[in-house]
Amino acid sequence: MPTPLVVSDVAKSFTMHLRDGIKLPVVAGVSFSIKAGECTVLGGPSGAGKSSILKMLYGNYAVDEGQIIVNHEGGLIDLAHASPRTVLSIRRQTIGYVSQFLRTVPRVSALDVVAEPLVERGEDREAARGKARALLAQLNLPEKLWALPPATFSGGEQQRVNIARGFITEHPILLLDEPTASLDAKNRDVVIELIAAKKTAHVALLGIFHDHDVREAVADRIIDVTAFAPGKLAA
Amino acid sequence: MTDEPLLRVSALSKFYGSRVGCDNVSFDLWPGEVLAVVGESGSGKTTLLNCLSTRLLPSSGTASYRMRDGQFRELYRMSEAERRFLMRTDWGFVHQNPADGLRMTVSAGANVGERLMAVGDRHYGKIRATAVDWLSRVEIEQDRIDDEPRAFSGGMRQRLQIARNLVTGPRLVFMDEPTGGLDVSVQARLLDLLRGLVTDLGLAAVVVTHDLAVARLLSQRMMVMKDGRVVESGLTDRVLDDPRAPYTQLLVSSILQV
Repeated sequence: MPTPLVVSDVAKSFTMHLRDGIKLPVVAGVSFSIKAGECTVLGGPSGAGKSSILKMLYGNYAVDEGQIIVNHEGGLIDLAHASPRTVLSIRRQTIGYVSQFLRTVPRVSALDVVAEPLVERGEDREAARGKARALLAQLNLPEKLWALPPATFSGGEQQRVNIARGFITEHPILLLDEPTASLDAKNRDVVIELIAAKKTAHVALLGIFHDHDVREAVADRIIDVTAFAPGKLAA
Repeated sequence: MTDEPLLRVSALSKFYGSRVGCDNVSFDLWPGEVLAVVGESGSGKTTLLNCLSTRLLPSSGTASYRMRDGQFRELYRMSEAERRFLMRTDWGFVHQNPADGLRMTVSAGANVGERLMAVGDRHYGKIRATAVDWLSRVEIEQDRIDDEPRAFSGGMRQRLQIARNLVTGPRLVFMDEPTGGLDVSVQARLLDLLRGLVTDLGLAAVVVTHDLAVARLLSQRMMVMKDGRVVESGLTDRVLDDPRAPYTQLLVSSILQV
């Protein structure tokens, strides 16, 4: 089975046109790969570029240099240079993402927010809702909240909706941006279980976890992002 | 999903004398895809929309549309009658001001039914039943079917306009600031409705808006226009999260946080 995701020599900087065009280099020479059935963790202090790397892998940030080769629908595609339409197809079928914050949509219930990625993949709406219910129950979200739009939920409740939405599909690659940041101990343990189940299902996971205990519990490998600091390459 | 776009636009330009309306715009639109065109007043986004929907003829460039038989037809080479037929059947156009897209002095039901009659429906009972169904899909109470849109609120008028446009099962809908001029709560309801309809019906849409939040919510792809030109385009969340062009950075940084 081919490697699900290979990142080679990726560089990213921001050019701030409103600040006299100053250039802020974020990372350079980013090279690594992730394996199916493993959870790889991006380590390093805040500001080292961990989230930026995840966002490039999901197509949220443009890539200045390098390649991101994804095994998508039986072929290899360079996500760094893919058309928007291809990136959307990769997101639908191959790469899932749990962001730090839930982007809420007015009037859509928590249940449908969670079920939506399955419906987009062509699953029947009621079957998708059934899976969404099971996940929300596993994450201890009170049932009385399921029919409500998550806009007014607490941070921890929104985070659990977000996690359920990310974990509901069977994407072969799953990116996790601090999924446990605002959770209590009980729900952190649920997320650890969910990650373990994904590994068993041969999903390749790549995550950022600031919580030491969670990281210890899930990480198979830690990549030190400070090795990709832009200055290092020039030196 | 088909591998061919629904609409192919190539080097489209419109000049008003020496003034630029839109300049050298190219893109493809696939079925089920929503493209947002953003920019401030005068950026050329409405000119572009009017050219695409053949309400205006461009100065140069081409646009071809894949008809239901699978054949691409060059829009600006069609006869006026063919274009009008396309507008009435396969396309929709949602105006910012509902009064521009509705007949204000005939009933809500007739506003919806009229589009059905234009595609050849003649059975009164069937037309009325479809009209009732569509009014309920846009959340207009059944007992308002015989009222004129003059008696409707702004949000209701806009929902009625949407029903009128979607009743014929179009494949492509053009929208010009569909939520402009509405209260935020009414706007949220309308956006949610549009989002649901677009997904359920698999519509392709070109949505012109100056509101980046509307673009974020409705579209997968985005084009940013300034002075008639496209200064940036790409996935909507990429353009908004990592804006590259100076003008896009200015737009994104000007959003008010609440």
